[in-house]
Amino acid sequence: MDNGNKSVVIRNLVKKFGDFTAVDNISFEVAKGEIFGFLGANGAGKTTAMRILCGLSRPSSGEGTVAGYSINREQEKIKRHIGYMSQKFSLYPDLKVFENIELFGGIYGLTDKQIAKKTDDMLKALSMEKARDMFVRDMPLGWKQKLAFSIAMVHDPQIVFLDEPTGGVDPVTRRNFWEMIYKAASDGVTVFVTTHYMDEAEYCDRVSVMVDGRIEAIGSPASLKEQYGASDMDGVFTKIAGRAERE
Amino acid sequence: MKEIFAFILKEFRHIFRDRRTTLIVLVMPVVQIVLFGFAISTEVHNAVIDVVGDMSDPEVRKIVERIDNNEYLETGEFLHSMSDVETRLRKGKAKAAVCFENNFEDRLHADGRGVVSIISDGADPNTAQIVTNYVKGVIQSEQTEINSSMTAATGSVSMRPNVQLMYNPAMNSSYNFVPGVMGLVLMLICTMMTSVSIVKEKELGTMELVLVSPVKPFWIILSKLIPYLVLSIVNFVSVLLLAVYVMGVPINGSIALLSLVSVVFVGSSLGLGLLVSVISSTQQTAMLLCGMGLTMPTMMLSGIIFPCESMPVALQIFSDIIPAKWFIIMVKKIMIQGAGFQAIIKEFCVLSGMMVLLLWVSIRKFKTRL
Repeated sequence: MDNGNKSVVIRNLVKKFGDFTAVDNISFEVAKGEIFGFLGANGAGKTTAMRILCGLSRPSSGEGTVAGYSINREQEKIKRHIGYMSQKFSLYPDLKVFENIELFGGIYGLTDKQIAKKTDDMLKALSMEKARDMFVRDMPLGWKQKLAFSIAMVHDPQIVFLDEPTGGVDPVTRRNFWEMIYKAASDGVTVFVTTHYMDEAEYCDRVSVMVDGRIEAIGSPASLKEQYGASDMDGVFTKIAGRAERE
Repeated sequence: MKEIFAFILKEFRHIFRDRRTTLIVLVMPVVQIVLFGFAISTEVHNAVIDVVGDMSDPEVRKIVERIDNNEYLETGEFLHSMSDVETRLRKGKAKAAVCFENNFEDRLHADGRGVVSIISDGADPNTAQIVTNYVKGVIQSEQTEINSSMTAATGSVSMRPNVQLMYNPAMNSSYNFVPGVMGLVLMLICTMMTSVSIVKEKELGTMELVLVSPVKPFWIILSKLIPYLVLSIVNFVSVLLLAVYVMGVPINGSIALLSLVSVVFVGSSLGLGLLVSVISSTQQTAMLLCGMGLTMPTMMLSGIIFPCESMPVALQIFSDIIPAKWFIIMVKKIMIQGAGFQAIIKEFCVLSGMMVLLLWVSIRKFKTRL
């Protein structure tokens, strides 16, 4: 499989739970350094597909590579080269900021020296030097999300998966968060993001829309708008997702 | 390896940051031992025994003297009628009364039978039972003495049963409670704490994060269990120290064997904790499952409070599936009776089987749930 400058290559991916086909024969590619929006209504199969890409579950059939490693056989290697930030807030609230960094650095096998350097760099970049000894539970939500994103990148992954990263935050904070995503992408990190906010879909280089386990549409926001004759992504999404047969 | 250490460090931070957890983990065992050992003590100290009878009778005097010399009994008043006995019992001034018939010594020597009645306060059956047993013991020892002197003179042997409690002559209740509390404490720490800590991560969503990390699921489970294993060792030692130096419970058997047995029990409790964490999706469910589903049956059915032998057969069978029961039996045998491995082989096999089964099932279930 040729995947010279591809971060993700997926061919004919199927995931069945008994009779239920959660992911129905999807194929797509994501280039290195691309911001790829993975859209779809609740229950369209996004989460299932993403779990397979993260090495958390095995496909029923089909194959593909993530960061150059097979989703069927090299899940441990995939896990080592991806970052992940979940829709639920995912830092330990009863640990201090630096302890969270230390923990995830440790989990990803960084040395103490590397962790110390990462901690300093990260806090400086986030202008959170003073929050070093703060408990995460005492931080404002916007800070937590930025920190969670930085920690997801603590081991310099090739791809970072963001599962509805901006749920529940105000537009200004969301805008700030997206600036971090752009910065990461410009550094060559592939960003794979799911979201329910259609304005966020506009920020992506390319998006795919899943309906009933299939990818119904894929392309840049501009081309999709043209193709479906909509003025914004909201219109595109409503038109495509409106065809869903299952809830 | 570094990954595991990062995890374990984090787990300890969780434990010591949460005051409730710390309290449960470090203070509860001490409180339980003290509560069970002192407050809920079933032994009786300085029970006042009244005497009705003719104090000029030498045999009566001898028995009264024995009662007075007994460290658990104390002679109260010398009464003249049975109605006084009742008044004193009602007022709670005395726990029991010993009544000797008239001409007690003469009758004893003439017919070989002297009538003594022991009247005790049945409103408190436990105490009454114990006090009555103490007094019976005193009278019996006197009987034995008389009998042995008679043997020499007349050649007629009439031995009376001499009741003696082996291993626990004073009926010290901490001999029963210490193994029980040890079982309870270890189970609470290992089962409840482990399951709550895992379910908490599920609730928070941090479990996902840990799972997408390159750390293998088996190591994640292990690093969750190790801190609680360490804590249970700390508790095991502190309970033993309290038992020996505060409650005066001996360790007659080998400490190594006791530790081995405890490790097996801790293993089965951890397995149970994992299983609970797989089943429950909220911390409350996990707490309830552990509290109602495990702690209560353990308290009631493992012989800590009620002896298993006096339960209906159905409950006895049910009590067999409680790991704590087997553990407590073994601890009693090792600590109090000083038994060796041979004496506990059956219990040890049962408990080990439970541990292997519980760990195997729960780890499998845990992995497939991921």
